[in-house]
Formats: sequence, structure tokens, C-alpha cells
Amino acid sequence: MRGGGGGAEGRGWLNRSGLPLPEVGGALAAGNRGCSFYSWISHSDRRHFTTQRPPSSFLPPSSSLLTRLPVVTCIHFTETNAPHSAYGGGDKESGVCPEQGRSTAHARKAAMRQDPERNSVEWEGRSLLKALIKKSALSGEQVHILGCEVSEEEFREGFDSSINSQLVYHDFFRDPLNWSKTGDALPGGPLGVLRAMCTRTGPGPVTIALDSLSWLLLHLPCTTLCQTLNALSHKDSCPGDSFPSEHVHVLGLLHEELHGPGPLAALSTLAQTETQWFSILPDFSLDLQGVSPLKSQPHADAYTSPVDLSTHLTFNLHLSKKEKEAKDSLTLPFQFSSEKQHALLRRGLSQATSHIFYEPDAYDDLDQEDPDDDLDI
Amino acid sequence: MKVPRKQVRRVDGLTFTNVLTGGKLTLLCDAKTDGSFLVHHFLSFYLKANCKVCFVALVQSFSHYNIVGQKLGVSLTAARERGQLVFLEGLKSSVDVFFRAEEEAHPLHFLREAHAGNLQPLYEFVQVALKPADREEAAWTCPVLLVDDLSVLLSLGVGAVAVLDLVHYCRAAVCWKLQGNIVALVHDSGDTEDEENDILLNGLSHQSHLILRAEGLATGFCRDVHGQLKILWRRPSQPAAQRARSLTYQYKIQDKSVSFFAKGMSPAVL
Repeated sequence: MRGGGGGAEGRGWLNRSGLPLPEVGGALAAGNRGCSFYSWISHSDRRHFTTQRPPSSFLPPSSSLLTRLPVVTCIHFTETNAPHSAYGGGDKESGVCPEQGRSTAHARKAAMRQDPERNSVEWEGRSLLKALIKKSALSGEQVHILGCEVSEEEFREGFDSSINSQLVYHDFFRDPLNWSKTGDALPGGPLGVLRAMCTRTGPGPVTIALDSLSWLLLHLPCTTLCQTLNALSHKDSCPGDSFPSEHVHVLGLLHEELHGPGPLAALSTLAQTETQWFSILPDFSLDLQGVSPLKSQPHADAYTSPVDLSTHLTFNLHLSKKEKEAKDSLTLPFQFSSEKQHALLRRGLSQATSHIFYEPDAYDDLDQEDPDDDLDI
Repeated sequence: MKVPRKQVRRVDGLTFTNVLTGGKLTLLCDAKTDGSFLVHHFLSFYLKANCKVCFVALVQSFSHYNIVGQKLGVSLTAARERGQLVFLEGLKSSVDVFFRAEEEAHPLHFLREAHAGNLQPLYEFVQVALKPADREEAAWTCPVLLVDDLSVLLSLGVGAVAVLDLVHYCRAAVCWKLQGNIVALVHDSGDTEDEENDILLNGLSHQSHLILRAEGLATGFCRDVHGQLKILWRRPSQPAAQRARSLTYQYKIQDKSVSFFAKGMSPAVL
């Protein structure tokens, strides 16, 4: 789509430092103008998974306009306030243990603050990355994996052979910085490989998985990385390209607590927020359950009328009419009514007994039932 | 000058059955307490299991570890003499760096560099130390790299990324190629905002298979319970076991052993 490249330049999308400016109106608005997106999975404080993705754009290609654009998926693992019952599916006892995930819109903000507990390594994003890779592979896309953190054997573990044959693994685990000087390392390092992928013009949709984006962010300057990722998705907009716009899905695994807010914000400016529930099954299948959770816990009940407590008592709390009249006409001994005033003036000062004259002012909240009600104990 | 020795020792009641299967990175972490009893435990454990051990000891002298090791039943001098233990004594050899010609590689060469370089000489030292010798038969079981500790490297001016790269390369060489194990100790700075240490700790946590975290008690010092140990298993191959298993024990360090018990079940309290 021509809109991809032209739109970016027309808007002055990349400022001088090469960082993409935040989009006004969100990436969905930009999507209508034909720009490109990124996907990444990030760890932060990982008690819960969150996934934020544009609606229906990661499913197998359909004829809708949105799915012809590259996909943004930003998946954070953050702490949420979900109660423990949200974990319904993840019992330790059951053999098949699908991972339940939940997200909130504030997830990323919660991730940024320093968590004193540091139990954030309990959740692992790599299984989600593998589940998404499996999904792409099953839908027939080419999958390129830039592996920097785990060995190839460990990464391919869990995939069956049909999927493994579709994965192209670029190995940066053994010698990423060329210390062994044997010449085995791929030229140019990971950046060179990424740039080579930009110029590749194979037909069909491509998924590029970065394992991990954190490794790249620690070793490359943030601006270079953002520019390269941007170029990856703009590769289909060069003039003379007769192919229709191809899917370029870029998936990246990001450990959020390793980076400051600056690089994270730079990478996240294209993220859309949409909450999704999902489960990861043992064979790395991804089960998206839509916006509402599979096992919805009962929320607060519908509004019930206030219960009248005095209905089922064994003693009588009500007053009859006569009793009410008698009560209302009773003058309390300490109240300074007009009769008392007259009585005082008549009697004069030769009083042996003492009296209390109480005059309520504006702030007094007199309650006949409970004269001590205004005491603040 | 008599330096007080740590009174600590063998870990009883805890079995780390998966650490001998090879290819694992175990991260020892301590927060508000001293986790070196774990280092002594692993050192004696692997020496007794007949493994070839490369010990990068940057914090204490050889005699310190030797004396503690003798309480645990291993003799480091004997192990070093028969070639089972390769010991890099950081305190002593750091002085050698300055008395060598500059072209010669020394594992602690980074001390000489004005700006923080990379730790490639240290990696090469480890690689040479744990390389299986061709002429002898498999005398030793899996190779083990033990580091005490990595936070000291940060204090010596090395960047967190350089230390992570070192551990990455050691993982590739020791865990992946030789199917050995790595055990490394890192301090957790906790409340003090040490960003480099946080990056190092978090980065290592993501790479490790087992995390042992020794913490002081939240309520302060106690005579009978010295701290709490959190055990976290990570990186299972199947996502079915994805929820990392985590256990917490409290411990008391005794003269020749460490006793573990469930939280609140200290014999002194019951």
C-alpha cells in the first residue's frame, strides 16, 4: 500500500533523532492512513499476563483492510489487581494446565514502578512468543527467528517437526559479539541480519520473532533499533513494488524491568490497548477467549433493596399514635424552652436547686432517639 | 590478624536434584543478609560429586574457602592439586595484573583499562579451565563454573551489560556446549536504588533455571531464625508446568550445617 511510506513521510513521523512520535488518536487511527505496526511481548512484573492487540488482526488473513497491514501486538506481563480466583484454570494439580491471562489498560503504568517484592521472574513470556509463532506457522507464514537468549535446541523444544521445518532460526546465542573470532558469526551481527531482512522481497506474509528485544535494546542504541524496526515494516512500500502490501508481523520479547521508561516508551508508541484473555495450552496452542474471561467470577450482585431489619423481631419497636403524641409533647428537663424562661424570671435568684439551661445552637443535631448521637467517639 | 570465619555449612534437608542434570544456570541472590553459605554449599557439593569445578573467587581468599570447606568435608588444596579445582583468586591475582607485560592476557585485565571494557579475557580463562582434556578419560563428571560474586564486578567498574555478556558466553560454553552447570552469586541492593545492579539481577534472573534467594527476616534479626530462603524453578520445557514452582523455607545456620524448616516452624518457637 502506498499509504504506508507516504503517510509516514507526510506526517513527519520520525523526528530528527529517529524516534517515532507518538500517534495522536492511537494506532488505529493511523491504521486507516496505512501505517505500520509492531508486535512485542514484554515482561515486567509478571504475575499476570496482559495482552494488548488490535482486534482480529492477528488471525489468519481475511479480506478486511486492517488485516492487510502489519500487526501491532504489545503484550505486557504486569501486576494487576485481579483476585486469585481469576487463576481458575491454572491449578498445579491438573495435568493440563492452561495459563490464564488477563490484562488491564493500566498495565504498563503498573509495570514501570519499582516493585519491592521482586517476584517478577515467575512468569515467562517465551511460551507466549512460541505460541504466537506456532500460530503464524500454522497459518502458512514464513517465520524468521532472531535467537539471542536461548540455544536453538531449547527454542525449538515443544514444537512438532512440521512447525520446526517452517522456522528459520538465526543463531545469535553461540557467539553474538564475535569473541571466538572463528568467522562463524553472521556478518554484521543481529543488526545486519535485521537490515538484510528489510531488503528481502519474498512473496507472502512474514513473521519476524525477536528473542529477545531486550538483548537488542541493551546492545544497540535505541534509535538505531527503532529505525531498523520501522524500516522492516516499511519494506513493502518501495516504489516499483508490484506486490500488494504483505503482512510483516514483528514479534519481540521484552523484559520490561531491564530498561528505563525512555526506550520502553519509544518502542511502545505504536501499541494499541485492548484487553484480551488467553490461555496457553501445553502444546503451545494459543486460545484467545475474547474480551470477557472464560470463567467470569460473579461480580457484585444486582442492586438489592435495603433490608428492613425491624420486620422479624420478637419485640415491638413501633409506637402507637397515642404514644407518639405523648412523646412529642414531652419537654426534656434540660431544654431551655420559653416556659422555663418564664419560670426562671418569676422565681428570681433565690434558688436553692441548680438548673441546667441548654440552648441548642445551629450546629447541634438533636436526635430525640439518641441524644448522644452527635458525640464523636 | 585473625579474621572471623563464617560459621556456616552444609545444607541439610534440601535436595537440588536437578542441578546435576547439566546445562543449568543457578542464580544465588541475597538481600539484606549474607548468602555466601550457599556458595560454600555448592562448592563442597560439586567437589564431592566429582565434578570439575572452576571457581572464580573475587571476594575472599583461598584460605577462607579452604577452612570452611574443611568443615564441610572437602579439602580445596587437595582438589586443586589433583586438578579437579581451578581456582582464580581475585584478591591475589589482581595485583599480578600490574606486574605483567601489557600484551599478556590476564583474566582480570579489565582492571587495567581506563574505561569499562568487556570481560572476554575472563571468559577465555573459564573456557580453558573447563575444557575437557583430551588425553585423560572422563575423570570428572560435568564441569561447573562457580562465581563469587558478580556484583563485585560492577563495583570494579564493569558495566552491567558486560557482565551479562560474560554470563551469556559462559552459558553458551559451559551449559550448552559442555552440558555443565553455572552457579553465580549476585547481591540484591533492595531499597538502595542501584540501577546497574537491578539490570544485572533481572537480566540474570531471566536467564537462570533455578533462583535461590536468601533474605533476612522482614521483622529483623532473630537468634534462632537467620533468614528465609526462596526457591524458584524456572524455564521448564513444557508450558504445562509454566507456573514456576516456588518454595519458601526459613533457615538457621549452625556450625557445620544449615537446618531448614517451614515458615514459622522453627524448633525454638514451637
